[in-house]
Amino acid sequence: MSHKRTLAVLVENKPGVLSRVTALFSRRGFNIDSLAVGETEQPGISRITIVVDAAAHPLEQVTKQLNKLINVLKIVELDPESSVGRQLLLVKVRADAATRSQVVEAAGLFRAKVVDVTTDTVTIEATGGAGKIEAFLQVIEPFGIAELAQSGQVGLGRGAKSMTSMARNRSN
Amino acid sequence: MDNSHTTAKPRPPKRPNAPTTVTGAQALVRSLEELGVEVVFGIPGGAILPAYDPMMDSTRVRHVLVRHEQGAGHAATGYAQATGEVGVCMATSGPGATNLVTPLADAYMDSVPVVAITGQVATSLIGTDGFQEADIHGVTMPITKHGYLVQEAADIPRVLAEAFHIASTGRPGPVLVDIPKDLLQAETVFDWPPRVELPGYRPTTQPHGKQIRQAAELLAAARRPVLYVGGGVLKAGACAELAALAEASGAPVTTTLMARGAFPDTHPQHVGMPGMHGSVPAVYALQRADLIVALGARFDDRVTGRIDTFALDAQIVHVDIDPAEIGKNRQADVPIVGDAKAAIARLTEAYDADADSSRMDTWWSELNDLGERFPLGFDKHDDGSLEPQHVIERIGAHGGGDAVYVTGVGQHQMWASQFIKYDKPYSFLNSGGLGTMGYAVPAAMGAKFGKPDTTVWAIDGDGCFQMTNQELATCALEGIPIKVAVINNGNLGMVRQWQTLFYNRRYSNTSLGTHGTRVPDFVKLAEALGCVGLRCESHADVDATLDKAMAINDRPVVVDFIVGPDAMVWPMVPAGVSNDEILSARGIRPIFDAEEC
Repeated sequence: MSHKRTLAVLVENKPGVLSRVTALFSRRGFNIDSLAVGETEQPGISRITIVVDAAAHPLEQVTKQLNKLINVLKIVELDPESSVGRQLLLVKVRADAATRSQVVEAAGLFRAKVVDVTTDTVTIEATGGAGKIEAFLQVIEPFGIAELAQSGQVGLGRGAKSMTSMARNRSN
Repeated sequence: MDNSHTTAKPRPPKRPNAPTTVTGAQALVRSLEELGVEVVFGIPGGAILPAYDPMMDSTRVRHVLVRHEQGAGHAATGYAQATGEVGVCMATSGPGATNLVTPLADAYMDSVPVVAITGQVATSLIGTDGFQEADIHGVTMPITKHGYLVQEAADIPRVLAEAFHIASTGRPGPVLVDIPKDLLQAETVFDWPPRVELPGYRPTTQPHGKQIRQAAELLAAARRPVLYVGGGVLKAGACAELAALAEASGAPVTTTLMARGAFPDTHPQHVGMPGMHGSVPAVYALQRADLIVALGARFDDRVTGRIDTFALDAQIVHVDIDPAEIGKNRQADVPIVGDAKAAIARLTEAYDADADSSRMDTWWSELNDLGERFPLGFDKHDDGSLEPQHVIERIGAHGGGDAVYVTGVGQHQMWASQFIKYDKPYSFLNSGGLGTMGYAVPAAMGAKFGKPDTTVWAIDGDGCFQMTNQELATCALEGIPIKVAVINNGNLGMVRQWQTLFYNRRYSNTSLGTHGTRVPDFVKLAEALGCVGLRCESHADVDATLDKAMAINDRPVVVDFIVGPDAMVWPMVPAGVSNDEILSARGIRPIFDAEEC
């Protein structure tokens, strides 16, 4: 069973916020699996998406501690059933004339795009949930992976509600 | 309205705080004035230097020049704990700022409202390893409630207003404000009050009605209840409310090290301090309770002992203003997030006044019986040396109930908690959470500054005293006449006690030599620092020496009490074991379970 849990954290875009948030996780003994930070539709508010392995510790204590940080506005745990999570993968695969078409075909099956080609390599861009990215990597691994870069996962809850508007109107 | 003076030119009303052009440093000092700061403890240096120029002209803010930045930090803490106001300390960049790390961690652990202002190297030098550069904002992140590295001179008033607000509201704590030197020198506009916007900071103060009712019902039905009172009750100024709840419910009360004085020691419902060196009835009350009502307390390991054996039959009502404390160490059956003052008052209102108090008869007879059989006490020394407990008891008798007692950390701290009766709030200050040796002298200085008409006794150990006694020079020169009792047992006493009990009497590095060699000679040291130095070595001299010390009010006084090295703090629950294993004295263990048979 997976203990991966995803938190979406809205923060004021102020100096030192990211350090405070990540330091809290390490201090409470959590390993951060992935981290993504970016601006939101609201000026001055950024969104941090954190995927943690919560096998060893209850997430509740760290969430409460995070809520105490002055620049943290709102925290929501994204339930995989009712949210969409995506990450970006860039991978440079070894591919010569003999294997190139197989690599490109594999990319096509995963709706991934070829973004660069050399005589020895093909660079592919893929987006998707953690499961899809992992499956794609398994398929292309036999060709030989020369280099790989992944973004942290970002996520949004399904449905009409918006976390940012809730943060604006929150009363507690 | 008189409209006849139509010829007079309309002039805008002169606002007392109309925007004016100032330097960042002037904005800083004027902000401190507007915030009502009466004292700043600090030391100047390169990066903070611009702030010290306008400070010199301020008639409202007095600066006390300390001898070490750690002293500034603890003085701010002692001032805040004694007065309830925000304590302010100031230091320069680099080493000045890093010397504040210990007092900031100390204030964080004990939830004390302190604002630390540090100079930083100029913006253009940040990140270049410039002279006296240290990332103090980064360093202090885990040990402050919040911190700022100021980005623009215009932000200085707003940042200070926010820092004071954050430090003093909700669960109080230290806030760091780091200001680059060029921003202190820059020209800006001072406009007060600034617009404070903290959308992510809204402490819950009003407790939830349903939970209050639930808690009140549990309390009215409990046969073995105890009110477990922590420092939050003092922070919230909720002592009157606590007294009302205690008397309405008739439940026993135990006050933690951070809450001594929140409920009168002389009150018959007070069963003493809980924890590692708590009284037998207080430890028993928690351990065998069917209901613990925790009020601004945090189930610290020094109180609970081994947590998985702590109060196994108790339901828990946990009142705290910090939601993260609830359920952190012990699951709460009724969590109440809110200000202790409001919560306790509402609990008393909701408590059923008709509840039959005889339900607690058995409970009280058990507690009273334990209190009679295992009173706090100490053995007379066979060799005629002074018992430290006796000395401390006499200090309390001479100082009286209106004095403030400030301690360092170790045996003398525990004895000061045990053998002085605290009947008033804010009369016992110490470093509870961090356990900072060296806290006493500078914190007493801060407390005395805040309460100049009150007698302030620092009760210190010979180990602690050697860490921060240079602030006595500050006290002597700045007119802050504190009294210091050095409980001089020649050793790091508490560490030695553990070596006696757990390390087979192998006294590795705990002898300080202050007995045999008298290095240093504390009387001469006191005199060198501008204080009166007294020494007391025999029972016959204790009261006369204290009379002499009490009579000196124009200078600080230091009394070197030479006490026996072998005295130990009892009762004791050794670290990491169950509270059931409490020893009331060496080899004497009250058997809790047998009491119930």
